Amino acid sequence: MSRRSMNLTLRVWRQKGPKVRGAFVSYQAKDISPDQSFLEMLDTVNQDLLLKGEEPIHFDNDCREGICGACSMVINGQAHGPLKGTTTCQLHMRHFNDGDTVVIEPWRAKAFPVVKDLIVDRQSLDRIITSGGFVSVDVGGAPDANAVLVPKEDAEEAMDAAACIGCGACAASCKNASAMLFVSAKVSQLALLPQGHPERQRRVTEMIQVMQDAGFGNCTNESECEAACPKSISVSHIARMNREFLLSTLTRRR
Amino acid sequence: MSLDSHVPGGPIQEKWDRYRFDLKLVNPANKRKYDIIIVGTGLAGASAAATLAELGYNVKLFCIQDSPRRAHSIAAQGGINAAKNYPNDGDSIWRLFYDTVKGGDFRAREANVYRLAQVSGSIIDQCVAQGVPFARDYSGLLANRSFGGAQVSRTFYARGQTGQQLLLGAYSSLMRQVGTGKVKLYPRHEMLDLALVNGVARGIVTRDLLTGAIEAHVAGAVVLATGGYSRIFYLSTNAVACNVTAAWRAHRRGALFANPCYTQIHPTCIPVHGTRQSKLTLMSESLRNDGRVWVPKNPGDKRPPRSIPEEERDYYLERKYPSFGNLVPRDVASRAAKQICDAGRGVGETGLAVYLDFADSIKRDGIGKMREEYGNLFDMYQLITAEDPTQVPMRIYPAPHYTMGGLWVDYNLMSNIPGLFVIGEANFSDHGANRLGASALMQGLADGYFILPYTIGGYLASSSLPRVGVADEPVAGLVKENSERLTRLLSIKGKRTLDDLHREMGLLLWNKCGMSRNAQGLTEAKKRIPELRQEFWENAIVSGTDRDLNQMLEYAGRVADFLEFGELLVEDALTRAESCGGHFREESQTPDNEAMRDDANFCHVAAWEFTGVGRPPVLHKEPLTFEHVKPAQRSYK
Ligand SMILES: Cc1cc2nc3c(=O)[nH]c(=O)nc-3n(C[C@H](O)[C@H](O)[C@H](O)COP(=O)(O)OP(=O)(O)OC[C@H]3O[C@@H](n4cnc5c(N)ncnc54)[C@H](O)[C@@H]3O)c2cc1C
Ligand code: FES
Repeated sequence: MSRRSMNLTLRVWRQKGPKVRGAFVSYQAKDISPDQSFLEMLDTVNQDLLLKGEEPIHFDNDCREGICGACSMVINGQAHGPLKGTTTCQLHMRHFNDGDTVVIEPWRAKAFPVVKDLIVDRQSLDRIITSGGFVSVDVGGAPDANAVLVPKEDAEEAMDAAACIGCGACAASCKNASAMLFVSAKVSQLALLPQGHPERQRRVTEMIQVMQDAGFGNCTNESECEAACPKSISVSHIARMNREFLLSTLTRRR
Repeated sequence: MSLDSHVPGGPIQEKWDRYRFDLKLVNPANKRKYDIIIVGTGLAGASAAATLAELGYNVKLFCIQDSPRRAHSIAAQGGINAAKNYPNDGDSIWRLFYDTVKGGDFRAREANVYRLAQVSGSIIDQCVAQGVPFARDYSGLLANRSFGGAQVSRTFYARGQTGQQLLLGAYSSLMRQVGTGKVKLYPRHEMLDLALVNGVARGIVTRDLLTGAIEAHVAGAVVLATGGYSRIFYLSTNAVACNVTAAWRAHRRGALFANPCYTQIHPTCIPVHGTRQSKLTLMSESLRNDGRVWVPKNPGDKRPPRSIPEEERDYYLERKYPSFGNLVPRDVASRAAKQICDAGRGVGETGLAVYLDFADSIKRDGIGKMREEYGNLFDMYQLITAEDPTQVPMRIYPAPHYTMGGLWVDYNLMSNIPGLFVIGEANFSDHGANRLGASALMQGLADGYFILPYTIGGYLASSSLPRVGVADEPVAGLVKENSERLTRLLSIKGKRTLDDLHREMGLLLWNKCGMSRNAQGLTEAKKRIPELRQEFWENAIVSGTDRDLNQMLEYAGRVADFLEFGELLVEDALTRAESCGGHFREESQTPDNEAMRDDANFCHVAAWEFTGVGRPPVLHKEPLTFEHVKPAQRSYK
C-alpha cells in the first residue's frame, strides 16, 4: 500500500479557551505515511509537540471510523476536507502531496462556539432533537414489530436520512450557518415511517423553531450542505421538510 | 465474602415472570422522590435512562463525549439478534438461549441468558416503534440475516449501521425525557470515583472536562453503563475514548471484577499496517454470510489473489468446519486465522492476513445486491486500504474487539456493592467466555429497557436510604482525594508520551495475553506490567493544567487505570489454566487445536477482589451449574 512518506506544513487554529482570542500557528508535519489517516497525522504532530514540551492540538474525535460524528474540522476551507462523503477521521493522507500546506480550522458558526483549538460546542444540535426529534413511545407499549408494514422503498429512504451522524458539517459549510440538512434528515426519516406520523406536524414546527432560536440561519438553497455532508445526505430531505412544514401550518390542529 | 447470584427458583421459563411478581414495587407517586445516577449513554445507559425517566424517576446521566449520541455503541455495524422466528427457520427463545450458552463455551449463567433470550423480541418491537429504519423485504416485513455461531437467521439490521440506528432510537427517547426535565444530562463529564456511604453506593465523583471542576453527585442508586475495556490493547476496534476507568474505580472501592481475561478477538478486521495506526477497523461479521475465507494452499504464494486458481486455494473454515463453514463463532474463526498465518500461509505485506472473498456471491446475486447489503462496509474498506473489495478480495485479520469480562453482577444486575448496578458491556453476565455476533446490542438494550428498570425498583423499594448530601463525609473527602490524584498526574515531568506507554502496554498484552496464551508468557507480562506502571508514574509526559479542557490529563488517568487493571487481566488469565471461548491456553487444547475446557476445575465465574495496587487480589468463585444445556466439547464441525 505505502508510498514514500511526506512532509507538510500545517496552519492550525489555536485558541486556549472560549473567551480567549485564537490565531493560526504553523507546524511541520514530518515523515507522514500516505496510509495514515488525517487524525493520525495530527497525532504524530502532537507527539512531536509533547516531546518538545508544548501543548498538543486539541480536537474532538472518538470512533475514528466515520460514524460517531465527533471529528469536526475545516480543512483547506472545506468541512471534513477535500474528499466527498468522508469524515475527517476517514480521510487518508494519500489524498495530500509532499510539500502541501494544509489549513485547519474549527467549525465556524454562531451556534457552534469554539471551546478550545479545533473543538466546538454542538449542544445546539442536541437541543433541536430534544424539541421533537423522536416518537413519543414509552417502553412497554409497542405492538409487534411486524404489525405495521413499511414499504421497502420508504424504509430505504428513511435510512438514507437516518444516516446523519450529527457532526454539524452542514451548518459549518453553509454561508447562512443553517442546520436545515440536519433538521430535515430527522424530520424526513420520521415522516417516511408510519410510526412517525401521529406527531409529524408538531415535530417539524418545533424543531425548526428551536433551530432558529439556537442561532442557526435560514436555508437559501445553496446546497453546500449536501456537498459537505460526510454521509452525502440529499437536500431532497429539505424539500420534504418544507412540505411537512407547509402542511403543518395549513392544517395544524391547535 | 459470599457471592449470591440471587437466581430465583422454579423452572427456567418461569423464573423471570415469578421474580418480577415477587419484586417490591415503588409506588408511582414515590418514584419522583428517587434520583438515579447513570454513567454512560451507549445502548445500555441511554435505554436505561429513558426508561427510568418514563417510569417517573429522576435521572442524572453522564458521558465523556459532547453528546450522548456519540457513545461507542454508535459504531456497531452488523445487527441485533432476537428470537422472533419471523423467517420460520426453526428459531425460538430456547434456541437463542442454547446457542448463547454454547457459544459462550459454558461459562455464563443459564438463568441470565434465558431471560435475555426471552426479552429479545420486545427489543425489536420497541425499536421499530421508535422509528428505527431496519432493513425490510419487498413485502414490507422486517428482513433478517444470519450471523456467526447460529444456523438460523435471527439478526435484524439497518444496513451496516445497526448500532447507530439503535443508539439514535434510544437517544431520541432519552432526549424526549431531557425535554420533560426527568433526565438531567452531563455531557463531557468523566466519572473518577464511586462514593459509598456505609457500604452502599450513593454517588459518584466526576470531572467536568470543560472546566476541570471536580464534583460529587449523590443519588439513591448508581448505574454503570460504561462499556468495555478492549482499548487496553491500544490497537482495537473500539473508539479511542473507551476505557476501564469507571469500572476500575468501582473495583477499587470493593466491586468484584469478574473474568477479566475473557476478551474477544474479532476475526474480520482490517489488518495492521505501519506503526502509527491509532485503531483498527472492524469489517462486520455479517460479511462472512457472503464472503468466503481462504488463503493459498502453498506457503509463500505471492501471486495476486485473482491469479490463484481455485484448486490452489484453501477455504480452510469450510474445510475444517463443514456444517458451520464461514459462520463459525468468532473465537474459532480468529484462532483458525492465527494458526494459518503462524504456519506461514498468511497473505499481504505482513503475512498477517487472510482473504475474505465476495467473488462467488457477486456472481450469484449480482453486485447490486452485494452493495445494498454491505455498501458502506465496502466503502469504508476502500477508504482505508485504497482497494475495491468487489474487485480484489478483502484482507482481514483478527483484532481486539469486545470484553466479556466486567464487573460482577447478580440476577438483578447489581454488583456486590448494594446500590451499584452494572449494565451493558461493562458487566460480565451473559456471554460467558465468548460472545456471539449481534448479541451485545441485544444485551445492552435488554438490560436498559427491560431488566434494570424492574430490578432497580425492587432494590429501592426494599432499602431504607438515609439522606446524603455532597458536603457530607465520606463524599466530600473523595472530591479532595481525586483532585490530589490529578495534581500527582500533572506533576510527573517525564519524557515518554502517554501514547508511547499505552502502545507498549497494548503490544505486551496482545503478544502475551491475546489470541493465544501460555503460563510462561503470562508470567512475563505479570512481571513487566508493574515496571511499566512505575515508569508511567516517573516518566510520563502529562501536559497542561487541571483547570480547563485537557485531553492529555484525561488520557493520563485512563492509561494509569489500564496499567493497574492489566495486571488483574493477566492474573486471571494465568489462574484460569484451561481454555474456554476466547481464552485460549496453549497448555489446554484438543488434538486438533480446539479450546479444551476443564470443567472439573474451572466451571466457575472468577470474581476478583481488590486489595491494593500491586498486591495480590483475592479470588472468589461463583460455581456455574448447567441444568438445561449440558456442557460438552463445542463442535462446529
Ligand atoms: C466496531 C464495532 C462493531 C460492533 N458491532 C456489533 C454488532 O453488529 N452487533 C452487536 O451486538 N454488537 C456489536 N459490537 C459491540 C457493541 O457495540 C458494544 O458491546 C455495545 O455497544 C456496548 O454498549 P454499552 O452501552 O455497554 O457501552 P458503550 O456504547 O461503549 O457506551 C459507554 C458509555 O459510557 C461512557 N463512559 C465510559 N467511561 C466513562 C467514565 N469514566 N465517565 C463517564 N462516562 C463514561 C461513554 O461516554 C459512553 O457514553 C460492536 C463493537 C464495535 C467496536
Ligand atoms: S471520529 Fe467518529 S466520525 Fe470521525
